[in-house]
Amino acid sequence: MAKRIDIEDLDIYYGDFKAVEGVNLAIEPKSVTAFIGPSGCGKSTVLRSINRLHEVIPGAYTEGKVLLEGDDIYAPDVDPVNIRGLIGMVFQRPNPFPTMSIYDNVVAGLKLDRSKAKGKSLDDVVEKSLRGANLWEEVKDRLAKPGAGLSGGQQQRLCIARAIAVEPQVLLMDEPASALDPISTLAIEDLVHELKRNYTIVIVTHNMQQAARVSDTTAFFNLAGIGQPGKLVESGPTETIFTSPKERATEDYISGRFG
Amino acid sequence: MSVTDRDDAEVLEGLSSQLAMKTLPRFAAGYSALIAAALTAVIVALTPAQGIAGSLVILFLLYMVVQTGWSFAVEGRRFAVDRLATTLVTTMFMIALAALVWIITSVVIRGLSSFSVDFLTSTMRNVSPLREGGGLLHALVGTLEQVGMAALIAVPISILVAIYLVEYGRGKLSTWVTFFVDVMTGVPSIVAGLFIYTFWVLTFGFERSGFAASLALTILMIPVIVRSTEEMLKIVPNDLREASYALGVPKWKTILRIVIPTAFGGIVTGIMLSIARVAGETAPLLLTTFLSQSMNGNLMAGPQASIPTFVWDQISSGTPASIDRAWAGALVLILVVVIFYGLARLVAKLTAPASE
Repeated sequence: MAKRIDIEDLDIYYGDFKAVEGVNLAIEPKSVTAFIGPSGCGKSTVLRSINRLHEVIPGAYTEGKVLLEGDDIYAPDVDPVNIRGLIGMVFQRPNPFPTMSIYDNVVAGLKLDRSKAKGKSLDDVVEKSLRGANLWEEVKDRLAKPGAGLSGGQQQRLCIARAIAVEPQVLLMDEPASALDPISTLAIEDLVHELKRNYTIVIVTHNMQQAARVSDTTAFFNLAGIGQPGKLVESGPTETIFTSPKERATEDYISGRFG
Repeated sequence: MSVTDRDDAEVLEGLSSQLAMKTLPRFAAGYSALIAAALTAVIVALTPAQGIAGSLVILFLLYMVVQTGWSFAVEGRRFAVDRLATTLVTTMFMIALAALVWIITSVVIRGLSSFSVDFLTSTMRNVSPLREGGGLLHALVGTLEQVGMAALIAVPISILVAIYLVEYGRGKLSTWVTFFVDVMTGVPSIVAGLFIYTFWVLTFGFERSGFAASLALTILMIPVIVRSTEEMLKIVPNDLREASYALGVPKWKTILRIVIPTAFGGIVTGIMLSIARVAGETAPLLLTTFLSQSMNGNLMAGPQASIPTFVWDQISSGTPASIDRAWAGALVLILVVVIFYGLARLVAKLTAPASE
């Protein structure tokens, strides 16, 4: 189920502005890759270009390749809608659909695309996804209640359940715990550890301890200067990046000397 | 102890702590009003200023001067400004409210005197303007049909335009559409009536009918619904759209199943308010369907009555009986609008985004 992603010479633009330049990165299946770096360095932009969500912003486009198990997701005959079904995403702020119950939120992706729901029992999907997101025990007695009534941490796990209900091959997480309290953060991190068994996970985080705790590979992004595009400075096993980085900028950032 | 310290100590004498400060007594507003009233009485007695309206203005101005000045002397600038602003805001609100209450109470009181079940169930056919009796069933039917048809045409057009503007529109076309919607908002209702008259009746040769009136009302409704729907769609957080895209849901389905349901309550309220607004239009109806004394349930042919033109007609007749009927008609019109508004609130409440 989990697939690998290779990013090759990726440039990302917002209209005339080049936001990210020359990213080359291999993301291994069934592992957690963390994107770290100062604000505005383009790590979320790179993340959003992996499921082509970047291009919903008017004027935004990319150059270069993003390969999902060898196939370019930016090839001209590829439908971004299909890509997003294969590469799920969890956002910074929990965003359950306010008009839907917990149950409907989990199966939203299936209900809105009936071809995916074919031959599946929605009840089973709901239980499996909520168990997968460590939320089942907390909500199993109130599945018909609105999703917006849960706490922030529960809402975020609901969003994770919603993302894995469509059985993606890759799961992108854009600072999934930054709006949560420490206990909910821990719950999300534990969940990332478990999800790693079945999914390729890419996580953007501002929290370096979190990157060190959850990731196998770390990629450090930085800005070359104000007004210049963000770049991938270096990437490698998390252990190496955090103990003996090759680049001076990485070491400075990790040791808290800037950013 | 320096001189300043002693001065401070004297100023603070009688206060509970160093943090406490002097304030006006609890009923300062009342005392100010009394002082202002007394001064007003003196001014009215000694100067040529006369009349109730003039006295009220003088009283209000004096009240503001007395209270603000007193507060400034005791409490300081910030509290004086606060009291002044509070007084102004409250007064303006009460003036606006007074006009509304006045209109509603006079319509209800004068309308109720000739309002009855008969009034709702009979028409003006063969009722002389001089005689009492008759009713507005024909006008009620006409208004419901005309406004209903107008809504049937305007709602889908407006919602699709709003969806285009918010979800798809980029570049020149959407700028122009926005511009024309703005222009349409400012079109006087009689111009909409004239347009349909020249276009539908004179150019195409259709007869004047309730349907022509509906077309004129449609022109008035479209900009209102487009605008309100646009605002409602804009406040749906982009997060929700992205969450839906990220599940592999196509854009059109995201709009239909996520964006519109989230904004539904607000959209319905906007539609209902636009209906309430055009239900009271008179001028375009006179041009497009004129009026009628008898029942005409056929929207497509012949003159059709409506509540606003019924009121206008009864007032024009000018007899005591017909003026009574005009008031009752105005009451029914307000009731219709209130019922629409109540329905809108109910729908908005039932469809509001769920939360515990």
